[in-house]
Amino acid sequence: MMNADNSPRQPYTTYNDWYASQDKARLIAKSKEAENIFRKTGITFAVYGHADSAEKLIPFDLIPRIISGREWRKLAQGIEQRVIALNAFLDDIYHKQEIIKAGRVPRELIERNVAFLPQMIGFRPPGGVYTHIVGTDIVRTGEDQFYVLEDNARTPSGVSYMLENRETMMQMFPELFHQNRVRPVENYPYLLRHSLASLAPPGCEGKPRVAVLTPGIYNSAYYEHAFLADMMGVELVEGSDLRVIDGKVKMRTTRGYEAIDVLYRRVDDDYLDPLTFKPESALGIPGIMDVYRAGNITIANAPGTGICDDKAIYSYMPEIVEFYTGRKALLENVPTWRCSEADSLKYVLENLADLVVKEVHGSGGYGMLVGPTASKKERVMFAEKLKARPSNYIAQPTLSLSTVPILVNKGIAPRHVDLRPYVLVSDKVQIIPGGLTRVALKAGSLVVNSSQGGGTKDTWVLED
Amino acid sequence: MLGRTANGLNWMFRYIERAENSARLIDAGLRMSLTRSEATEDDWDGVLQSSGVRDIYDDLYENLTTADAIDFLLRDKSNPSSVMSCIDSGRNNARMVRTALTRETWEATNECWLDLKTMLARRVKPADLPEAIDAIKRKTALIRGAFHGTMLRNEIFNFSRIGTFIERADNTARILDVKYYVLLPAVSQVGSSIDNVQWESILRSVSAHRSYGWVYEAEYKPSNIADFLILNGRMPRSLAYCYEKIVSNLGYLAREYGETHAAHATAEETLSSLRSHSIKDVMDQGLHEYIENFISHNNRLGQEISDGYRFN
Repeated sequence: MMNADNSPRQPYTTYNDWYASQDKARLIAKSKEAENIFRKTGITFAVYGHADSAEKLIPFDLIPRIISGREWRKLAQGIEQRVIALNAFLDDIYHKQEIIKAGRVPRELIERNVAFLPQMIGFRPPGGVYTHIVGTDIVRTGEDQFYVLEDNARTPSGVSYMLENRETMMQMFPELFHQNRVRPVENYPYLLRHSLASLAPPGCEGKPRVAVLTPGIYNSAYYEHAFLADMMGVELVEGSDLRVIDGKVKMRTTRGYEAIDVLYRRVDDDYLDPLTFKPESALGIPGIMDVYRAGNITIANAPGTGICDDKAIYSYMPEIVEFYTGRKALLENVPTWRCSEADSLKYVLENLADLVVKEVHGSGGYGMLVGPTASKKERVMFAEKLKARPSNYIAQPTLSLSTVPILVNKGIAPRHVDLRPYVLVSDKVQIIPGGLTRVALKAGSLVVNSSQGGGTKDTWVLED
Repeated sequence: MLGRTANGLNWMFRYIERAENSARLIDAGLRMSLTRSEATEDDWDGVLQSSGVRDIYDDLYENLTTADAIDFLLRDKSNPSSVMSCIDSGRNNARMVRTALTRETWEATNECWLDLKTMLARRVKPADLPEAIDAIKRKTALIRGAFHGTMLRNEIFNFSRIGTFIERADNTARILDVKYYVLLPAVSQVGSSIDNVQWESILRSVSAHRSYGWVYEAEYKPSNIADFLILNGRMPRSLAYCYEKIVSNLGYLAREYGETHAAHATAEETLSSLRSHSIKDVMDQGLHEYIENFISHNNRLGQEISDGYRFN
């Protein structure tokens, strides 16, 4: 938020004046008020493996994270390029595999990947779109310096927090939105519905019917599933509501079975179709993959897109972007060591204290080692795991992430953040100006995941 | 609308209704034990039976005591009809059908759950019981108020109302089923204080001890009490009133969907029987048989609605 001389950075100047005029006790009280709004509304998530904590609140910090319009435009160009490359990459690996033939990405990394679905080979989803909704995790290290931390091309979550955070801020501090020209994010559900409907399958007759598929009320992101269905004005369905009848996926309504054309699914590939994937799954719809391949339903995101979330694939993203767009990647990757390579493994083992080591299929901040803050014992134990299965890990340096202020009892204090902008892909790429800023609430911590005690903030992109 | 959503709405409102009913039964039981000096085991036995959970209680407790019975009815998770279990289940169903509810209705339900979870986190002290029971009635009344004030009168509303009244009819019928004998003319010793306490307790279990006085000029007579709870169409917990509502809500669905199911005939048949009989007919036919027959028809209706509208 601040320049080196302790003056506020340009996008923060108006906010800073407002903040200086505020009674701090009132802000703390507002903070409590926000928490009550979230609790009352039921904006909660579940942390798996916690006995008593069926539903938790994600802490909300009421100081917004502010990005200038100029910086955002640059960032958005980079994201758009990357998302286009991801879709081209998916189309390629499920068809001609030219990137493998060109020797740019190793074959075994694709074909031995658990997220690679042979059932998708030779099939092109409606409109040629694989990842309809993408969340690209970004960190900022300085002016105009952004790095992509990871790509979430499978089922990025958290967009409901982006919307609720803005809603809460507008309710609590309407004057801020008079003083600052903040670009709106509220039309996301509308854009999402239209984006999904525009990719209806060839077999769709009449107006496309969209539905959201949830694993049910015990899923950690259930709130978001219900929220999005509600805001889009579409049905929220579970696997048990759906059945394949006459070559179509239909939902059981009080009047009989009605066809669905586009399914925004929030269940993993494995649980989509017990006939094709996990036979024991009770969540899926037997036969939906046949309907899909016959062109009678659109599944968003397409099955098999999860391969882009793989952290070993991630390390090839600069090559992937260049291969499909013919241009150097606008957004940088964080330098990544693939522990599957002997030289890299040696380096990583020697420098564990300075590195962050992650599982290639990991998510949610689980199973990772943050070298600089880990104890010696933790590092020794982690090194054993690393040596046992090197190909399961990648390592990255800890970046000197920029910080933003959060409200604490004594005033404000700097904390590390990342940013997840949301991207909708149809015949065009739409990037919502803003996104979800996740913040590590512990001083010095780099882990922002909500499952690990992270919080969120409203994210403003200013009109210049 | 999804069949599962209709089912969720139905059960959301059944559970909220049942939670209220459990609170009322505790209230009535508590009142009895305050009014009488001798052992009150029989009274709590009646309460547990009305709630349909006497067997579960016996599996968990050696003796029937006032303190255990109240705790069991109020907050025991292993009792599916305890107030807390009902609010839990009601709220879980509300979460499932959240897209069908207005924000106000959802928030009233969620707040009810949050507040009662705190209030019932541990055993409620006897001194705090009246306040606890009041709070349950208040919080559930808020859900009802938000629901009536904000929901569209469409199929969502109809399925919710049907759930409410099937549950309510069942609850009232169960109270009568357990206590029918104190309403039989042959065994009741008119004017004895024991009977008065029993009768008042029945009326209190359906929150009708005051209104009864207005309607029947404060004359405690078993046939009048039975009339009030079974046939009086102005008494909001009577079987007749519940069926007026069920039939009218099913009627709206039939008009909207352009089709009727077995449930429509069943409900209308029950309603016409409630409309055409006098309380004397009911007593002559046998109060107990009448009630048992009603409960089984009411259950069948629930099943027919579930089948007709593809709840599962």
